[in-house]
Amino acid sequence: MSSIMVSRIRQKQIAQMVASGKRLDGRGLKDYRPIKVETGIIEKAEGSSRVLLGKTEVVVGVKVEIGDPFLDRPNEGVFTVNSEFVPLASPEFEAGPPSEESIELARVVDRGIRESKAIDLEKLCIIPGKKVYVIFIDIYVLNHDGNLIDASSLAALAALLNTKIPVYVVEENEVKKTNDYIPLPIKNLPVSVTLANISDKLVVDPWLEEEEAMSARLTITFDKDNKISAIQKGGTGALKPQQIMEAAHIAKEKAEELRKMVVKT
Amino acid sequence: MINENGLRVDGRKPNELRLIKMEVGVLSNADGSAYIEQGKNKILAAVYGPREVHPRHLALPDRALLRCRYHMAPFSVEERKSPAPSRREIELSKVIKEALEPAIFLEKFPRTSIDIFIEVLQADGGTRCAGTTVAALALADAGVPMRDLVVACAAGKVDGVIVLDLNDIEDKEGEADVPVAYMPNLGLISLLQMDGSLTIEEFNQSLNLAMDGCKQIYKFQKEALKARYVTIKEEVEECLR
Repeated sequence: MSSIMVSRIRQKQIAQMVASGKRLDGRGLKDYRPIKVETGIIEKAEGSSRVLLGKTEVVVGVKVEIGDPFLDRPNEGVFTVNSEFVPLASPEFEAGPPSEESIELARVVDRGIRESKAIDLEKLCIIPGKKVYVIFIDIYVLNHDGNLIDASSLAALAALLNTKIPVYVVEENEVKKTNDYIPLPIKNLPVSVTLANISDKLVVDPWLEEEEAMSARLTITFDKDNKISAIQKGGTGALKPQQIMEAAHIAKEKAEELRKMVVKT
Repeated sequence: MINENGLRVDGRKPNELRLIKMEVGVLSNADGSAYIEQGKNKILAAVYGPREVHPRHLALPDRALLRCRYHMAPFSVEERKSPAPSRREIELSKVIKEALEPAIFLEKFPRTSIDIFIEVLQADGGTRCAGTTVAALALADAGVPMRDLVVACAAGKVDGVIVLDLNDIEDKEGEADVPVAYMPNLGLISLLQMDGSLTIEEFNQSLNLAMDGCKQIYKFQKEALKARYVTIKEEVEECLR
């Protein structure tokens, strides 16, 4: 349960409009809100981006460190995704330990990047079994107006494409940082598309009030080869199997459109 | 992972479930409880409620508050797991709650809470699905009015083959995992996740296979519930004698 309680009347209005194929903000059922992607906005971070999805605003910062690999993957770098719902972003967000929603958001974005093998982790090994690059992807939600998952996964991808990692050299088993930077090796381009089920119709990119009125949402992440890398159903309702397949086809089309937007910036 | 005869690491056919055992009413303190074994998975679920909400400000004026905690015992996996809830467990608690919620008539119990506790005693892949299946039984055992039972099962892709009910190794080494929770009488899906790499067609096959698996497990679920009430009936008759 999140965000502002939209009055029941408002929810009903949204549901009725969607049932007749229209939306309160004038969009078509399969239209995204205007999207703006900026990169390199934080100089101190190795990579960064800001994504505006309508009024939803998300900043992603990428920090790069050196650390230990996982025992079972000695030749691979490590990455983690974390998200913060900072209290300035919504009257519903509070300081303190991360909420279920925030953890889910970070894990869904993580799954898209991990399962599509977006980051070439094998190229991030410095000394096998000892020293590897550790990539921290931090999602900072600055204004919550719905569909944080798509805004965040787009911002994460844009930030990764913008990331430069410092070059390290190994001298007598010591790892030394040089002044050179190379782009983070990226192999794939995962993009998530979220659809909401309102009045048994699928609506792309639900904004805040639509999220209040929806029964369930479905996020599908496609990689650059049009394969599904991750899926997450959310919300307290349920979906028909046919709706899920319909959503997959819509999401495939939309993911391609969104990917072009990030890759060109 | 699939041998020349098309069999899996544990000798199953691609569309075959693991051995499943369920029992209802296993804990005396809880309002409802159930236990499941699916392969080497051993999972307990208990339901408390509808009861007064603590802390009280969380109470909802028009329906019951549904809460769910999925938790793994430190000894349930190969390497000891810290008992503190991990990010994975918090996410699974959320998706399992959302899988059960559409089945429950929450509006019948405003200002109360229904608390579901799922404890994984031993994990062998597919614990979120087995946990959902057993939690639905515990809810039914607690007498919580429901639109349908919820039953969950995963399908996925291992060695290029779409398989049902992945075990731990298949989950880790396989190409994709698609957990699904299904309400068989309503024909609705209330939990759906996926990780790995699948084409839309492969995903469609996995989804359908998972739903088939759910329909099979649903039969066991009903039998387990019935068995519970046969026992109660016998106990009552014993008392009357």
